[in-house]
Amino acid sequence: MSFSNWIFLVTVLFLFLTIFVNEGWKGSMAALGVLVNAGLSSFIAIKVFCGQPCQENIYGGYIFGNIPVRVDALAAWFILLTNFTLLTGILYGRRYMKQYKGQRANLSLHFVSYIVIHFSMIGIFCVQNFLAFLCVWEMMAICSFLLVIFEHHKIETIKAGINYLVQAHIGIVFLMIGFIWIHFHTGSYDFNAITQYSSAVTHAVSFVLFSCFFIGFGIKAGFVPFHTWLPYAHPAAPAHISGIMSGVIIKLGIFGILRMLLLIKGNYLVMGYTVLIISVISGVYGVMLAIVQHNVKKLLAYHSIENIGIIGIGIGLGAIGIGMHNSYLAFAGFAGALLHTLNHSLFKSLLFYCAGTVYQATHTMDIEHLGGLIRKMPHTAFLFLVAALAICGLPPFNGFISEFLIYSGLFHAIHLDKLSLAMNMIVSICGLVLIGGLALLCFTKAFGVIFLGTERHPHQAQVQEAEFSKLFPKYLVAVLIILIGIVPQFFVGVIEKPLALFTSGLPADASVSAFISTLQKISISVAGLILLSALTFLVRKKITASKNISSAPTWGCGYVAPTPKLQYTANSFVRSYRKLVKPVLMMNKKETEMKGIFPEPVHTVTHPYDRMEALLIDTPIRYLKGFMRRFRFLQNGNPQFYILYGVIFIFIAIVIPLLLNVAHYIIQLFKQI
Amino acid sequence: MPVTSLLLIIITSLFFTGIIIRTKSILSGRKGPGIFQPLKDIWRLFRKGAVYSKTTSFVFQVAPSVYFSSVLVAVLFIPFGDQRGLISFNGDFVFFAYTLALGKFFMIISSLDTGSSFEGMGASREALYSLLVEPAFFILMGSFALLTGHTSFFEIFSTLHFGSYISYAVGTLAAFVIVIIAMVENSRMPVDDPKTHLELTMIHEVMILDNSGFDLGLIFYTTNLKFAMYGAIIANFFLTPGHELYYSIPIFIATQALFAIGVGIIESFMARFRMNHNPQFIFTLTSISLLIFLGVLLMLGKII
Repeated sequence: MSFSNWIFLVTVLFLFLTIFVNEGWKGSMAALGVLVNAGLSSFIAIKVFCGQPCQENIYGGYIFGNIPVRVDALAAWFILLTNFTLLTGILYGRRYMKQYKGQRANLSLHFVSYIVIHFSMIGIFCVQNFLAFLCVWEMMAICSFLLVIFEHHKIETIKAGINYLVQAHIGIVFLMIGFIWIHFHTGSYDFNAITQYSSAVTHAVSFVLFSCFFIGFGIKAGFVPFHTWLPYAHPAAPAHISGIMSGVIIKLGIFGILRMLLLIKGNYLVMGYTVLIISVISGVYGVMLAIVQHNVKKLLAYHSIENIGIIGIGIGLGAIGIGMHNSYLAFAGFAGALLHTLNHSLFKSLLFYCAGTVYQATHTMDIEHLGGLIRKMPHTAFLFLVAALAICGLPPFNGFISEFLIYSGLFHAIHLDKLSLAMNMIVSICGLVLIGGLALLCFTKAFGVIFLGTERHPHQAQVQEAEFSKLFPKYLVAVLIILIGIVPQFFVGVIEKPLALFTSGLPADASVSAFISTLQKISISVAGLILLSALTFLVRKKITASKNISSAPTWGCGYVAPTPKLQYTANSFVRSYRKLVKPVLMMNKKETEMKGIFPEPVHTVTHPYDRMEALLIDTPIRYLKGFMRRFRFLQNGNPQFYILYGVIFIFIAIVIPLLLNVAHYIIQLFKQI
Repeated sequence: MPVTSLLLIIITSLFFTGIIIRTKSILSGRKGPGIFQPLKDIWRLFRKGAVYSKTTSFVFQVAPSVYFSSVLVAVLFIPFGDQRGLISFNGDFVFFAYTLALGKFFMIISSLDTGSSFEGMGASREALYSLLVEPAFFILMGSFALLTGHTSFFEIFSTLHFGSYISYAVGTLAAFVIVIIAMVENSRMPVDDPKTHLELTMIHEVMILDNSGFDLGLIFYTTNLKFAMYGAIIANFFLTPGHELYYSIPIFIATQALFAIGVGIIESFMARFRMNHNPQFIFTLTSISLLIFLGVLLMLGKII
């Protein structure tokens, strides 16, 4: 039996098991299902990495015809990283959902959707038939919608869900346009038809085709200006779902773009520049908005946009490399993009899991209400710190490695060609540096305000550390984060196979192999950094051990009655930044003025909003609503009228062809005269 | 020998702040402390006990060590003329900048750890200013990568050579940018005044209000080391290949001393900027480095 059948069978089996077992077992059953599916697909993926490409055909009946299932190295890479994140997601989520006891049907739906979304994602990576692809894509979209709206009794959750569903389908429309276009010209449903078609047409046409797919996949990935669903969907979903959504589901868009770059033949330079420019804007804009957010999950959601920007910079650089026949550029760009895809899926899911743990302990996601959690939740704080350092791209963690790859590509490209390339590169470097710096500002704020200092707000419940089974998946992720940071050469070695797909047509470059030795040196420096820190700390400990150590309250510069309220808040931490970027961002600030001789307490509330969203989504919708309002009289709630509309419609449908025939006849008549 | 640069930087770091303080005292007509006074202070701090705030956690304990070792690792990358640093690879200045950022990250969160409003203020400013200064450094290195075709500290400095007039302008501007970056990164005069005793206007010093004993000494020494590190980068502009060791070591030390005296002079004759004007000032650095980039483009004939 072929592997696709096996995966299908396993999925169906575990679907039924999950539905019919007791409430307490549902999570474990789903975890088992995901584990078996992950094992099966990882086995195939590893076989592909070992040089045995997997290809089979499924007969899909009269409509689908033959569905080719091909697993190449790119698909295998994405399968592996998806499996890991989905596995840690369900291990964590199994415990996370314990607090929703009693919602039997809801839990069934949730875990079933989880199994199905895993299945559909593997499908997306492997299936290479337009119709089948759209089916699994739709399946994924609907499942993620169901996963997001778990708490559907909350109005904002359902709103976010609908927003997500609508935007996901706008993306699907663009994909469909692309697929129909290809099918119209070639008559084939196979993905290879894209290559066949695009190599036959001019570069301009294939660029339009690429843009069509780029928009479709870009909405899923969250490139600016297609990012507006992300900040709503992520905070609304349960923590493990936010984790996998940000970790792997938005990466489906990245996968799609990479796949299309492999398939579409055209002017790679133009494509590369386009992706690069959009990505730099996405990255900087995403992190700029992230800083002013005070809801932890919303902050993390904006960081996903930023990281998609970084991945996009890598992809753009790689495409430029292909366009210039420079294998070093293509290598650095695509390796950076592929590795950052993995890295982001790791640290972002870890951050979301930690945020979820904090939420369950304190019942709030507002940063301003948290503080001092490091003493009550030391493990969560440590894990959050690791992930925060990684997302800022600091050595010795994994985020640095992928950013370093991209940096080295950008610096390498700077002197290669004419002015335009150099200017583009320096702007991209500037963008990447700004992203790094802003991320540092953002995560010092997030970590500092959530976990450090003292409690800003009394919590209703006793805040305590999560149990082992919730911490275990998080530690699993953290170990991988540190491993990638310490031995990057191994992981870059692993992605050589998918990279070869992109760079195979290019002349071999000696500097690519030199790059691995550079990574070895990074590995040594990173180890040195860790050892040196440890050594300094030990020396310090040794010396201070014999000294007189005492503890006292924080020095208040002469002020002797400190309260937690005196602490710097998240809002004040970013105040000077906020003032600086005022022209770009949209801050709705509500301020009460001081009045009278004995003024009442004064409050200032700021609500950051997304200017792009206001411009590109809200304004058109407002006009559309205004236009549609003119037709409101049609909807009067009277069934007779609706039947009348139906009759009128049928009448028009019959009459128009008749009238056309008459017109045609008369014209013919005139011509004869 | 690759160790030369490390040794020289460590040796010069011992005197650096002393020279600054001495310059300032001479210029203001005071007798002033000796050159070794800052070192003696640090030594005394190393042998002292400490007071830790009750609100702090392990982050506060770890941060100074990480800060120190991050700067020390960054020092390892600095070459010495045509001698490599201890570690050198393509794109090492990216690692250099990000390692420094790691230290900064820890210092910022350690000051938030105390839960003090002043320290939060300092942390916020430090994060913002270091973020603003970063693009200037990267554009500068990008310009040199464009000029020399190499992407590591050692290769850039060993192949850097000045020929035309415009290149001298570029070199001067670059040295200027590095000096200002060093001033901002070390929280010195036009941006921050470490000697003011009003916490509201300080940046770096207000972040370390709660540190004491060994930790404080470590932080002070790290500041010296960081200064000497930037001084070494500036010195590298003048240590073009071909110089023998008996020329280059005096040049190196002279540059460091001049740099320290320069810092002293700037601090004596310049007033600190208003806090809310600092971002504009720091951002001009980025435009200057863009100017350098354009200058390099002109030199290479890529424009026209």
